[in-house]
Amino acid sequence: MSDALVEIRNLSKHFHTPSGTVHALEDVSFDIPRGAIMGLVGESGSGKTTLGRTLLRLVDPSAGQVIFDGTDITALQAREMRDMRRRMQIIFQDPVSSLNPRLKVGDLIAEGLKAYGIGTKRDRRDRVAALLEEVGLQPDHMDRYAHAFSGGQRQRIGIARALALEPEFIVADESVSALDVSIQAQVLNLLLDLRDRRNLTMLFIAHDLSVVNYLCDQVAVMYLGRMMELGPVGAVHRHSGHPYTRALNSAIPLPDPRAVRNREILTGDIPSPLSPPSGCVFRTRCTMAVAQCATGTPAPRPVSPDHISYCKRLEVLDDH
Amino acid sequence: MAASSSTSPPQGLIRQLARRPSVVIALVFFVTIVGACFALPVLGVTDVGGMSVRNRLSPPGVNGYMLGADAFGRDLMGRLLLAGQVSLGIGLGVSILSSILGVAIGLLAGFYKRLDTPLSRLIDALMAFPDILLALSLVAIFGGTMINVILALSIVYTPRIARIVRASTLVIRELPYVEAARALGTRTPSIMWTHVLRNIASPILVQATFIFAYAMLAEAGLSFLGVGIDPQTPTWGIMVNEGRQYIDNAFFLILFPGFVIALAVLSLQIVGDGLRDALDPRLAKET
Repeated sequence: MSDALVEIRNLSKHFHTPSGTVHALEDVSFDIPRGAIMGLVGESGSGKTTLGRTLLRLVDPSAGQVIFDGTDITALQAREMRDMRRRMQIIFQDPVSSLNPRLKVGDLIAEGLKAYGIGTKRDRRDRVAALLEEVGLQPDHMDRYAHAFSGGQRQRIGIARALALEPEFIVADESVSALDVSIQAQVLNLLLDLRDRRNLTMLFIAHDLSVVNYLCDQVAVMYLGRMMELGPVGAVHRHSGHPYTRALNSAIPLPDPRAVRNREILTGDIPSPLSPPSGCVFRTRCTMAVAQCATGTPAPRPVSPDHISYCKRLEVLDDH
Repeated sequence: MAASSSTSPPQGLIRQLARRPSVVIALVFFVTIVGACFALPVLGVTDVGGMSVRNRLSPPGVNGYMLGADAFGRDLMGRLLLAGQVSLGIGLGVSILSSILGVAIGLLAGFYKRLDTPLSRLIDALMAFPDILLALSLVAIFGGTMINVILALSIVYTPRIARIVRASTLVIRELPYVEAARALGTRTPSIMWTHVLRNIASPILVQATFIFAYAMLAEAGLSFLGVGIDPQTPTWGIMVNEGRQYIDNAFFLILFPGFVIALAVLSLQIVGDGLRDALDPRLAKET
């Protein structure tokens, strides 16, 4: 068995709409090692969320496989998938709309346990109380409704819900983006704690590279549904092998107002996924683009053994 | 707002309703009518069907008949209350049955795309008929028993509930918390019950209240037209129909049942309005 818990193989997802086919994911492949926190970054519309949903089969892929602990979950029947679902959970972006306003916190957290018929009502209450403590809330919060809580507390409820089934793998979809910066840090530390305590594997979806640099071990960079770069967080941060990642890196604010640096500001918007550019999809906004970028899909190329870039001009990047 | 809604819903609802005097008065009227009809024996009215040829068409207050006596010398008050049991029973039965049918159809149409088109067309077809005409033909086909009248009127009013449920289901099934539930392994029936129904219980309740009123009115209409329940069993509509023949010399025979129908329907409508306002947070502005 490989050391990867989740293997993503040539995953594509196309949505057919009246105005054409949206290429939300195009030939995405990478592994998520057991026990690692994998970051997934990209601008809005880059397909990050679709990827997270597809990994859990909340959305079915158009092509490709997702191999979870040796099982190709894209080939599973609905019933088998439901059993598998216990092992993989998701923490949602919006802690308000992902909690049913008519349910009490205790019922929200126990929902998964109830769905799988785990424990008696009493057992479940005890489990919920323990989970609430684990995520830094009080057990007596279970009899309140979610709207009585702040954003950070609600996100903790969302985390407790995801943990209830004791999954091995968690997708955290922009789980701190909606929170204040001070609260973000608390929730990030909670996630790190939980990873260590429960030996979780995580896919952490974000658009904020500084958060990813803090939390994750590895990072995958996506743009317009395609992979741009993949590697250990430090390497991707310091020796990025892709112009897109470099632009994202230079957009991280520095705490020193006098700091001088060469910013590479991205201009324009992400192109429409209805008709992505030919060749390298990033070429329309890339400062390094030349004629060869317009033909042929970029192949993955090693920057170092565990660091991959999808840039056709990798060799000349640093001469620029 | 957060403070008011953090108390448990029933308490908040009662407080919201109590703030509207018209609703409180309507509720008192309705409860009184229901109470009177079902407390018949307690009120000491035992001989409801007893005839007395000597006292036929006694005006109200004469010969000991509070509301007078009908053409067979039967106590109008007693008959009115007895008829109320049937009329109210039909209203309640129709509102419950059409809610159940409407919720089932609406949820299925909203959740399963393949069922949506046939079910929606069926609903549209039913709604295209004028209410009373549809009820009339159904009762004429099935025959006039209480069960058949309830069935017929339920078929007539089911589309109202089904449309609301379907529209709300279509909205709610796309909400993040439904996706969250699915990610937690919750099965579709359970999602329908816990996540969809709980969130649309209020509009269904409001609509069911209105249907209660419409159904009583429709039943009265059917009975008046002579296609309702077998006239052996009195309903308010049948009493109006019977009283019509004596309108020249005993107008009270048509006045009292008519008045009770109007009072019951009106008070239910006001309660329904009040419920709608109390349950719709957008209308609860003056807090």
